[in-house]
Amino acid sequence: MADLIWLIPAFPAIGFLINGLLGVRFPKTLTAWVACLSVIASFAVSATIFVQFLQLPPESRVFEKTVFDWIVSGDFKTQIGFRIDALSIIMCLIVSGVGSLIHIYSVGYMHDDPGFRRYFTYLNLFVFMMLTLVTGDNVLLMFVGWEGVGLCSYLLIGFWYEKDSAANAGKKAFIVNRIGDFGFLLGVFLMVGTLGAAGVWTLKFSELQANVHLIGPGLATAITLLFFVGATGKSAQIPLYVWLPDAMEGPTPVSSLIHAATMVTAGVYMIARLNFLYVLAPTTLLIVTVVGLLTAFFAATIGCAQYDIKRVLAYSTVSQLGYMFVGVGAGAYAAGIFHLMTHAFFKGLLFLAAGSVMHAMSGELDMRKMGGLRKKIPITYWTTFIACLAIAGIPGLSGFFSKDEILWMAFSRHHSFWFWLLGAITAGMTAFYMFRMFFNTFHGECRASEEVKHHIHESPKVMTIPLMILAVLSIVGGYVGVPHLLGGSNHIEKWLEPVFGHHAPAATMHADGFGIVSTAFASSAEPAAGGAAGAEMMLMIGAIIIGLLGIFIAWLFYVKNPELPKKFVQKFQGLFTLVHNKYFVDELYGFIFVRGLFKIGAICKEFFDETIIDGIINGIAAALYGIGSLIRRVQNGLVQGYAFAIIFGAIIVIGYLISRIL
Amino acid sequence: MTVMSVPILSFLIYFPLLGAVILLFANRRNSLFIKVFTLVISLVELAASIPLFFKFDDAAKTMQFVEKADWFPEWGISYLLGIDGISLLLVLLTTFLTVICVLCSWKAIEERVKEYYITFLFLETAMIGTLCALDLVLFYVFWELMLIPMYLLIGVWGGPRRIYAAIKFFLFTMAGSVLMLVAILTLYFYYYNATGIYTFSVLELYKASIPIVKQYWLFGAFALSFAIKVPMFPVHTWLPDAHTEAPTAGSVILAGVLLKMGTYGFIRFAIPLFPAAAIDAVPLMSVLAVIGIIYGAIVSMMQPDLKRLIAFSSVSHLGYVMLGIFAFNMQGVQGGIYQMLNHGISTGGLFLIVGMIYERRHTRMISDFGGIAKVMPIFAVFFMIITLSSIALPGTNGFVGEFLILLGAFKSNVVYGTLATTGVVLGAVYMLWMFQRVMFGVVTKEENKNLKDLGGREILILVSMVFFIILMGVYPKMFFKKMDTTVVEYLAFVKSKSAQSRVLEQNTVAPRVAREEANTNLTR
Repeated sequence: MADLIWLIPAFPAIGFLINGLLGVRFPKTLTAWVACLSVIASFAVSATIFVQFLQLPPESRVFEKTVFDWIVSGDFKTQIGFRIDALSIIMCLIVSGVGSLIHIYSVGYMHDDPGFRRYFTYLNLFVFMMLTLVTGDNVLLMFVGWEGVGLCSYLLIGFWYEKDSAANAGKKAFIVNRIGDFGFLLGVFLMVGTLGAAGVWTLKFSELQANVHLIGPGLATAITLLFFVGATGKSAQIPLYVWLPDAMEGPTPVSSLIHAATMVTAGVYMIARLNFLYVLAPTTLLIVTVVGLLTAFFAATIGCAQYDIKRVLAYSTVSQLGYMFVGVGAGAYAAGIFHLMTHAFFKGLLFLAAGSVMHAMSGELDMRKMGGLRKKIPITYWTTFIACLAIAGIPGLSGFFSKDEILWMAFSRHHSFWFWLLGAITAGMTAFYMFRMFFNTFHGECRASEEVKHHIHESPKVMTIPLMILAVLSIVGGYVGVPHLLGGSNHIEKWLEPVFGHHAPAATMHADGFGIVSTAFASSAEPAAGGAAGAEMMLMIGAIIIGLLGIFIAWLFYVKNPELPKKFVQKFQGLFTLVHNKYFVDELYGFIFVRGLFKIGAICKEFFDETIIDGIINGIAAALYGIGSLIRRVQNGLVQGYAFAIIFGAIIVIGYLISRIL
Repeated sequence: MTVMSVPILSFLIYFPLLGAVILLFANRRNSLFIKVFTLVISLVELAASIPLFFKFDDAAKTMQFVEKADWFPEWGISYLLGIDGISLLLVLLTTFLTVICVLCSWKAIEERVKEYYITFLFLETAMIGTLCALDLVLFYVFWELMLIPMYLLIGVWGGPRRIYAAIKFFLFTMAGSVLMLVAILTLYFYYYNATGIYTFSVLELYKASIPIVKQYWLFGAFALSFAIKVPMFPVHTWLPDAHTEAPTAGSVILAGVLLKMGTYGFIRFAIPLFPAAAIDAVPLMSVLAVIGIIYGAIVSMMQPDLKRLIAFSSVSHLGYVMLGIFAFNMQGVQGGIYQMLNHGISTGGLFLIVGMIYERRHTRMISDFGGIAKVMPIFAVFFMIITLSSIALPGTNGFVGEFLILLGAFKSNVVYGTLATTGVVLGAVYMLWMFQRVMFGVVTKEENKNLKDLGGREILILVSMVFFIILMGVYPKMFFKKMDTTVVEYLAFVKSKSAQSRVLEQNTVAPRVAREEANTNLTR
């Protein structure tokens, strides 16, 4: 099987080529089959490898295959090669598995769209690129996937390109991501340069890991920070998160696949993949944690004040990605990947469910015009309910285990109670805004217009079956990571051990910038050991209470007493406006960067290029012309003649001058 | 040095000229014959150039396919041709793009058809001659010969401001050429004084050991001439005018090949002839290159005219090439050379795209378009792919070149490398914004509602461009293999030669230890 790992990304590529090149006259069904089967085939290969892995001892769970040399210049060399190990196989299963479900769902969702074939072509291309990203065995091939998914994101956000808002959102996504890539590329250059100076020219993960000791701590910090800049772009963290909410202009299954379950988690994957480098840079890890926490909190506040259900979900995604960064920033890579997986299930589900709601509501997205859908679209209702419970961290569902693991790691590894508290409050807000959306959409009286009401219907099976499968996964997905504390054995952490090893960063981490509550019981490196168990249990219960409180407030506001939110908004008018308008960050960026760039552009073009440089040139030309005219009076007036004379004269003069100087 | 039995380079140079001469006798009313005839000539030329690629010995350290004959032996002027891995790839680019240009002119040129195609074949002769010539006089002759057909292409078949553009083009390039001629003669006499031999062969002149101050002057003259051609900031302003007014094929060949003559000139002449001066010029050239990258991108963003926008993007892209060449390490130089080819394909492709839409709408103003993707879906696909190649998306040719250049630049100087990398962001800004305004949104203009999508000939042209975009992006090794040895030798030569000049200098003038050290760091 090891020789066939390239098949994982190859299948969707084949689907892309078939539909893209030959599909012009395909009937829709054929297009759909080609697209779905190509992703399912990838899933089948991934699953086969996974089963094989299970039978192998942990340390031999690595398949590598170099296909051919790609860029070779001097000592620098990088190849097209793939690597499947414990980490990438999880990613492959998520991408191809959730990808397959979303492909199938899309067959129903996009059925009447004239761009049906174009849609599936892009979607296959996306899966191909995403699988390249996670299976590439070197940084540069990962970057190919990294940019490739960015391209697909651009194309799919702007899928309905006739809408200006969609075209703008696509462009914004691409450019903001490019800003992140600027950092990523510099990180690559710095890493290649540093290792190259020591005689090691490689970008291959396995060789990087073997030579990582050649990178000093200062450079490791710089390199990891630069890579992290890339991650803030792709995974929508402060300060580059602004593109993700706008990305909701794309078709809803796209939001589900690309902007929730897979692409946006690439930054988390990248850090996990380069864990051997990040371990050397505790400062970076602290920054990653802080940025993740702030993003999680900040985005959650915005999520509480949106009415558009997709926007709520978008900010929720930004916020949840923040959690994942808290996890990897705590050096708990397995926890980050665990949350990445459960989030792919429940957030993928939430978006698909939102798509189903839109489908029922004739495209409506404003939760103020919904309500009472519970009875009319029961499958969507129940699956959404499960997903909401999962994301809110209700015990027993997947989100509870993964989120709790992260909160605990943030606490124990950084010795900071405040990190935990901010994370827990964010979890409470998450529960609040999710159930705010849930109650507004499905409970109470229906506020839609009569015509919309008339059309409300449950989605076809091709859409509801993926919903149900994801709902099951949202429940059971967490049981691969039940902590020791609750009698589990945290399979996923064990599974990932060959990749992440037994870093015990608690000792090396000079965290706790806030300098408070370096609690005695958190000093143990093994989180669930000894006296830490009591602390872990306390914090877990605390988080559960905060989550339940969030749900309760949402219930109080939107079911029990629907007048309350209005009163609340009236009382805190200013605050609400600020949060509802996303703190005006977009406007601020627009003012500083976009307008700034245009100002500079105008100066360069009109003043510098057209006035100064061209002015000088035209001045010289005019002068020459003047001289030429004078000469013409005495000469015969042939243009060639005077041009020749001027040139000849110039040669003599310059030649004379130069010979004098030399 | 291997002397080939078949004078393949001479054939490549004069075959188009032969075609042009035959065309002189063609009936001017039979334009179909003229077009088919030119197409056949250019195809044969292309077919004849392909064996070069496969027969080329990757491991040979000297010039290949060399042809040598005395021309004016008493003055040391010889007919000396030969190619190495660098010129090989550029010759192939030229023969390929000429075919493309003939095809894309098929319907666009309706006036003076005969003269047009004669001019084009003549241009091909001059371009290939310039790339193969190893004798400075021969080189200079071909160099100047290139000017005339290009001047005519702009001045006769150009847009409304063609006369202004053509004269501007002519004056700029002429000014540079004159300086170069002076420098060539100075070098020639210097070499005679030093060795007692009259020669214009660069292979001989490479051996000259020239005092550093003299190198400065001579390098300066050559560099200015080539910098105008590239064009580097701030002598770039002829380019937007020339591109805007030139017919499509003129723009393609101007961007695709003629600009490369500037960068090629640096690699073949200015740098190896005066290596110490070239290395001392690194800060100046790199700063100008970086300014070019950023400035070109920003000004490009502000252009309302598609062709002007692409012209300024060329300033930006060629800034990368220059930055790579003056990084003086493998990655930079190879990336630079690769980027020369890439730019020929991707910017050539963009001009083709603009030409196709211009033929339909007779406007190049971005604001006259909008929503074209809806009416011309096939066109949209090609436009997108070429745009992505231009912004160096991984998987396309552009990425390989840009990545290596930036890596090389970063290795030799972190500041230049970092600043130049901002071009990655700016490139996406101006290209995607342009693409959006032309292709996306709703069709608002009545004239755009019934545009016909691409025909078979146009698809053929663009498919061949896209073929190279992908091939060069996915399997660059095929091309790198050809230039590996050449570039290794070139860098080794430049480094040792420059060190040698400095040793000489040290013995005669004051010691320059510090600078020497800086140089060894730089070129490692």
